[in-house]
Amino acid sequence: MTDLKSGPRAEPAPVPAAAARTPAAAPPARRVSWADRLTPWAYLAAALVLLVAFTYVPVANMISYSFTDWDGVSPDRDFVGVDNYVELFTRPDLFHVFFVSLFYLAAAAVQIVVALYFATILTFRTRFRNLFKGLLFFPYLINGVAVAFVFLYFFKEGGTLDSVLALLGAHPGQLWLGDPDLVNVSLSGVSVWRFLGLNFVLFLGAMQSIPAELHEAAELDGATRWQVFRSIIAPSIRPIIGLSVILAISGSLSVFEIPFVMTRGFGESKTFVIQTVKLAFDFNKMGLASAMAVVLLAIILLITWVQRRLVPDERADR
Amino acid sequence: MTAPTTARAAFDRRERRAALLRPVAVTLKYLSLVAASIVVLLPLLTIFLTSLKTEQEMAAGDTLSPPRNWFNLSNYATAFTKGEMLAAFGNTAFILLFSITGTVVIGSMAAYAIERFTFRFKKLVVAAFLVATLVPAVTTQVATFKVVDALGLFDTRWAPILLYMGTDIVAIYIFQQFIRGIPVSLDEAARIDGAGSFKIYRTVIFPLLKPAVATVVIIKGITVYNDFYIPFLYNPSPELGTISTSLFRFKGPFGAHWETISAGAVLVIVPTLVLFLVLQRFIYNGFTTGAAK
Repeated sequence: MTDLKSGPRAEPAPVPAAAARTPAAAPPARRVSWADRLTPWAYLAAALVLLVAFTYVPVANMISYSFTDWDGVSPDRDFVGVDNYVELFTRPDLFHVFFVSLFYLAAAAVQIVVALYFATILTFRTRFRNLFKGLLFFPYLINGVAVAFVFLYFFKEGGTLDSVLALLGAHPGQLWLGDPDLVNVSLSGVSVWRFLGLNFVLFLGAMQSIPAELHEAAELDGATRWQVFRSIIAPSIRPIIGLSVILAISGSLSVFEIPFVMTRGFGESKTFVIQTVKLAFDFNKMGLASAMAVVLLAIILLITWVQRRLVPDERADR
Repeated sequence: MTAPTTARAAFDRRERRAALLRPVAVTLKYLSLVAASIVVLLPLLTIFLTSLKTEQEMAAGDTLSPPRNWFNLSNYATAFTKGEMLAAFGNTAFILLFSITGTVVIGSMAAYAIERFTFRFKKLVVAAFLVATLVPAVTTQVATFKVVDALGLFDTRWAPILLYMGTDIVAIYIFQQFIRGIPVSLDEAARIDGAGSFKIYRTVIFPLLKPAVATVVIIKGITVYNDFYIPFLYNPSPELGTISTSLFRFKGPFGAHWETISAGAVLVIVPTLVLFLVLQRFIYNGFTTGAAK
């Protein structure tokens, strides 16, 4: 999972047709002067310039680079058609990064289930409720590089994890980050530790907006906690769960920081984004890197579109 | 006549069973909460203990053992001076100040234009902002790099500032939701008094946006303070390092000196912890409104 800013958001999907149909602007009572007509654009200017310069121009460039063999430096670039895309899908070492994403996807599933569990039990009265809430949420606020160092120390030989296991009488002698079979499990575990709090707080917020009468009614009917969860809580927070699933999928594909700092993305731990950054900046393969980014963007747009189909845009009442 | 009695019996049975199970459930609930707290705290606690240890203690001692001297701050001094953390905090503060101010001003003005004016291509503009939310910044970074380079901003502190301002569409939405809640009659009253649109924005709308500003400042502040990707790509010079990239560089010179690396990590975490403890309620609210709107 990545943070909030990079994920797609639960906003109504724009209808492309709406753009074509120029708004039937409110008929002006008097002649609108040029100055009046320009006023809204003056307020929008800065936002639009930034939007175009840092979102639309890069997207357009990225798509055009992806059909060239550009190295990112030289002035000349040749059009190579879909060669980059063919290479991407036929070279096993490039394709491997999708497999790594599966570890993070599995971790995200665990994360959502655990977050739902803690949000549910903390919705009901619990001692030290705010303390537990703070403890569960705090890791989300910590700097990613600091988290990476904390867990480098946690997983290192004779580090925190080994010491705790030794205390419990186990001496597994694993290389948590050096073993190719284990490294992605260890790293995706870090991502659960780090991002659980966000899901938890989002779920908790949604659950607390459920009217108390519903809970009271359920209590009168003698419903068990599980029944309350299934028939009252889960349906009320469905939009937020839908959003979390989307963020989980796009987040699993865009993992960068933790594996990059912890293992430099060597060997088995290389993720999609690490691969892209390495191709672009270390190996000067701008064309191929752009093709990878286009594929990633296409997957994320596709997932968002499917999610909107499955969960129509009904928002939680808040 | 039997139906109510059986229902009654079933209810009693359920009650008895529930009464039996309740202590077990409560114990399990607290056990799971305590276990989760240990999982959260233990990695952080060991880093804190390590940051107070001397090199000799590190070589000899067990990870979980307490430091001999709880006030051994020499690692912090090393991290602060040799790790150039002071410059890093300065750079981060500079970037935070400008990018947050910019986000608040630009975002609220754009939201004001969208909410309070009718103009040609309005739907196109709104659609452009919406579609942009679907584009994850990480996918376009390679191409964005070229744009920043072409503008001559590579390796300056203005590159991250502009990128943080430019990618923030969330702020526009949050402001838009709040402006929608401000009655238009307030604008009209001001207009009758002869106020122009900018005066209305400045004296009517903006002061009423305080809760939205708080939300945006918190969400943006945490994102910028913690971001690694953008400063790593755009500000490679060590003297322009933010706390993320400066901390990242600890791995080189301090190699296996975990006591110094730990001190650096603690230095970066402490401001977050203090602000979290002070602003808890606002932070939770910020994240719930930020994500759901």
